Amino acid sequence: MSGTDEIERLIELMSRLPGLGPRSARRAVLHLIRKRALLLKPLAQSMQVVADTARECLNCGNVGTSDICALCEDEGRANGLLCVVEDVADLWAMERANVFKGRYHVLGGTLSALDGIGPDDLRIPQLKQRITAEAVSEVVLALNATIDGQTTAHYIADQLEGTVTLTSLAQGVPIGGELDYLDDGTITAALNARKPL
Amino acid sequence: MYLSRLTLSHFRSHKLARLEVDSRPVAIYGPNGAGKTNLIEAVSLFSPGRGLRRASAAEMARRPEAVGWKIAGLVHGAGEPHEVEFTSEAGAARVVQVDGKSASQVQLGQIARAVWLVPAMDRLWIEGAEGRRRFLDRVTLSFAPDHAQLSLDYEKAMRERNRLLKEQVRDAHWYKALELQMARAGARIDANRRDALERLRAAQEGAETAFPVAELEMVQSEGAMPEGEADLLAALQESRFRDLAAGRTLVGPHRSDVYGVFAAKGVPAAECSTGEQKALLISLILANARALSSEIGAIPILLLDEVAAHLDAGRRAALYDEICALGAQAWMTGTGPELFAELGGRAQVVEVDQDGSLRQL
Ligand SMILES: Nc1ncnc2c1ncn2[C@@H]1O[C@H](COP(=O)(O)OP(=O)(O)OP(=O)(O)O)[C@@H](O)[C@H]1O
Ligand SMILES: [Mg+2]
Ligand SMILES: [Zn+2]
Repeated sequence: MSGTDEIERLIELMSRLPGLGPRSARRAVLHLIRKRALLLKPLAQSMQVVADTARECLNCGNVGTSDICALCEDEGRANGLLCVVEDVADLWAMERANVFKGRYHVLGGTLSALDGIGPDDLRIPQLKQRITAEAVSEVVLALNATIDGQTTAHYIADQLEGTVTLTSLAQGVPIGGELDYLDDGTITAALNARKPL
Repeated sequence: MYLSRLTLSHFRSHKLARLEVDSRPVAIYGPNGAGKTNLIEAVSLFSPGRGLRRASAAEMARRPEAVGWKIAGLVHGAGEPHEVEFTSEAGAARVVQVDGKSASQVQLGQIARAVWLVPAMDRLWIEGAEGRRRFLDRVTLSFAPDHAQLSLDYEKAMRERNRLLKEQVRDAHWYKALELQMARAGARIDANRRDALERLRAAQEGAETAFPVAELEMVQSEGAMPEGEADLLAALQESRFRDLAAGRTLVGPHRSDVYGVFAAKGVPAAECSTGEQKALLISLILANARALSSEIGAIPILLLDEVAAHLDAGRRAALYDEICALGAQAWMTGTGPELFAELGGRAQVVEVDQDGSLRQL
């Protein structure tokens, strides 16, 4: 087999990344080694910095490099709209589509009795606090069309009812579909045509 | 619709098997264990679902080598025939290809449909409600393609709710969130089932058949099935307290059962003779095929495993006449050629040897 133990170790670690298998990891590592100055060294430094600084935003759950993320710091985003998503990948997918101008709230999962995940394991108490603290007028529930996603949406809606306008993403989110896998156009369409819950 | 070519490779007991047939019924005979049921199980996979044994792809891999299997066939329907191929690599779920492109189960359903009767269903009327519910759901699925997803959604939400009940969770919002989804899926499941029963009834009523009409009625194992989403939701909420004590959900479509009656005699199916019970099932399968054909514009493929065994010669001849009148490609199995004598030249005959090799006569 190729190389030394250290290189094997790198390949093994890389192959644990989503979307990579042992073969593609091997190819990626070989590529990095060949581009040592151009790619491997900057990558290693960048990884070191992120490893030292990456953290969850204390307010919304987004991942950034400071205690309060850039989105929460941005006063221009305090427009009364709050978009609730399951995880950071969904937030990033929404941001990629570049249509939503409000703030986010990342739950960090969905309710699932079978997996032992209850309301207190998600950022639901914080969500309620933010509604008043940030004068939120509309909550957009951008949760996946899976049973767990919709249970969570109903759960939140049931508790916020009467305090804010509640909407959910419209058509376009496929059944069982995950936000992260949608293209930007679909996300835009689903957001623009959002409907009352 | 019919299959004209079938190739099995490393599927169950068949290392390699090839058949070329036309649209006529296919009579398959051979000794016990020769591989007849395996053959028609392969055909059943051309219809959406898990096939007539509801087995996993891994179970279908030929032992002991377990190298992955493949089924290929040419399906004829209204337009041009379609090449359909199923493959499973090393125990992984099967992949469907239609005309060289990967296809979903829904797309597959637009090309091929099959309905079947297997010996495991012989005890349908006398055993538990679960088997009858499964039978009803398969018939329902043949008419309502959304039924499978609805059932999965309902089951999932119910398992979540049952876990809350078992752990004595008291969060009313959580229950309500699950009950909303159970009610939405459950009401549609119930409506789909009622619709399917109505179609079966109509198809039996209109038909000239030597087989006894089976009257079917949906019943609840306890109480009544709430009709519609709002009523089901209310019933679930009302039942919470009782359900907490039981540790599971006591109301909903998962508690439905089917009550069958031999109409002409007014006798419950469970009290009919073995042969009569079989005749009722055949009547229902034929009705399913007829109702489906008016829906999709083609007669589905019929799979009748060992169906001749319990029938007297008169009923057997009547069955063959009806299959031929219907124009269905019925794949039938039996242990000897004499069981298919009444078919004569109206069918093609395949002999399966003890070692599994096929011989077309
Ligand atoms: N995955 C598998 N690999 C190899 N053999 C299998 C596999 N699954 C089933 N078999 C075997 O295939 C053989 C034929 O089974 P099949 O049910 O098709 O027989 P049959 O011809 O219908 O017999 P009968 O007349 O008793 O119903 C059986 O001996 C069974 O054990
Ligand atoms: Mg058999
Ligand atoms: Zn933030």
